[in-house]
Amino acid sequence: MTRQIFIRLALAIMAVLLPASLMASGHDEGKEKEGVDAQGIIFEHLGDGYGWEVPFNHHKRIPLPVIVWGSDGLHVFSSSRVTDHANGGVWRDGNAEFKIAGKDSPYKGKVVEIIDGKEVKPTIDISITKNVCGIFIAVLLCIWAILSVARWHKTQGMKGPRKMTGAIEFVILFIYDGVIKPTLKNKAQKFAPYLLTVFFFILVMNLLGLIVIFPGGANLTGNIAVTLVLALLTFFITNIFATKHYWKEIFNPDVPWWLKWPLPIMPLIEVFGIFTKPAALTVRLFANMMGGHMIVIVLTLLIFIFAAMGPAVTGATALVSVIFSVFMLLIDVLVSFIQAYVFTMLSTLFIALGQEEGHEEHDKKESTRPTALPATAK
Amino acid sequence: MELFTPDFGLIFWMFVSFAILFVILWRWGWPAIMKGVSDRADLIDKGVEYAQNAKEQLDHAREEADKHIADARRQQAEMLREADKMKSQIIEEARNEARQAAKKEMDAARASIEQERKAAQDQFRNEVSSFALDIAQKVVRNQLKEDKAQEQLVSSLLDDMEKKN
Repeated sequence: MTRQIFIRLALAIMAVLLPASLMASGHDEGKEKEGVDAQGIIFEHLGDGYGWEVPFNHHKRIPLPVIVWGSDGLHVFSSSRVTDHANGGVWRDGNAEFKIAGKDSPYKGKVVEIIDGKEVKPTIDISITKNVCGIFIAVLLCIWAILSVARWHKTQGMKGPRKMTGAIEFVILFIYDGVIKPTLKNKAQKFAPYLLTVFFFILVMNLLGLIVIFPGGANLTGNIAVTLVLALLTFFITNIFATKHYWKEIFNPDVPWWLKWPLPIMPLIEVFGIFTKPAALTVRLFANMMGGHMIVIVLTLLIFIFAAMGPAVTGATALVSVIFSVFMLLIDVLVSFIQAYVFTMLSTLFIALGQEEGHEEHDKKESTRPTALPATAK
Repeated sequence: MELFTPDFGLIFWMFVSFAILFVILWRWGWPAIMKGVSDRADLIDKGVEYAQNAKEQLDHAREEADKHIADARRQQAEMLREADKMKSQIIEEARNEARQAAKKEMDAARASIEQERKAAQDQFRNEVSSFALDIAQKVVRNQLKEDKAQEQLVSSLLDDMEKKN
């Protein structure tokens, strides 16, 4: 068993080293390219794009639809029209002309309309980009995974689920019984659908981001727009379903009067807190996932950066980089789960804070508690 | 810095996708799973309770069976003892009866033997007397061939008779 692993490892290392050294030698002969545009490559991999890269080919991309609202209405066309450089990257759709803005433009990498020779950003750009497509794939995967468990419960009755279904059900119960129920208590049933959906959506997106080729590869949760939407949803749910006590604690908290008047210091801090919570959610998930991706990309890029220093250095770098990359990817699998867990846990916590009943009411209820408990427990 | 500026298109699609995902899972996913899981938990709880009850009952049943067996054994012993008693009683009775019957039989036999004996005695006596008479007749006839002797005998007989009376 261990021998087999060693053989495989050796083969994998050779597979990595050979092309690297070949490329290095080829590089020496060419000498026209100077260095590697590390920043460009990193940002290209982390960012969004019209069209989806195909493995081992830098020019072919899976075309995706571009949907823009230009100066004269709606335009829908394939992204291959603007990513192909056949026509200078300019596509004429009706009367409007579109291209992807170049490196020097403020709209770098986005589809822009050319009006009188100037690049103008379209009013609305809801193109199905790589990330949007990735989100769709994540949604489909999520629906498939969860509905397969639901179907099991409908068709197999009281049997215990096996294999994949059992694993998914285990994770569902891990989140529901471990996070949602203890925090939200009797309100758990009400908010569980949202929180569980958020958890599985983030988990699937995180794991998809770790897969390098087609179905994965889109850096979804490492994109601030994605995490922002999720955080905003938690923000709205927290505040819309919040109790009277929650708002009282914000605008008239139980602190010495001079903290509230004439300068409303505490209320200001509390109101500020309402908005820092979703911001923290957004940035935490985004930064963690993006950081993980970035480290792996940088480690891989090291091989090509050191390629200029000869085969021996390249080989050594490749070996170290690959080992570290694999290590980082393994950690990222763990991080994928942990970040989904943390996001769900914090969302649960924020929602629970908005569900708090007042202490005064609590004290009043204390006497009637034992009789009221069975009713609320149901 | 493009990484830190959220893109409107992505926000829009993210929101739409999440809304669809949420509605589908909220409608068809989570309630079914939650219900299924809690139903199964109830079933398992019930099963455990049932098993515990069954075990308790089984333990109880064994105890009861032991009790029954002990009871049966005791009854058996009692019955055996009774039977033994009855047996000896019956034997005793039978023996008594037999003894009585035998005694009766013996008495009857003794009576009949006595009777027979008497009858035989009588018969014997009769026969002996007839023999004696015959012999006497023959002797007398022999002796009475002469008249004198006849007269002598008659006179002696008459003498005897006189003597007896």
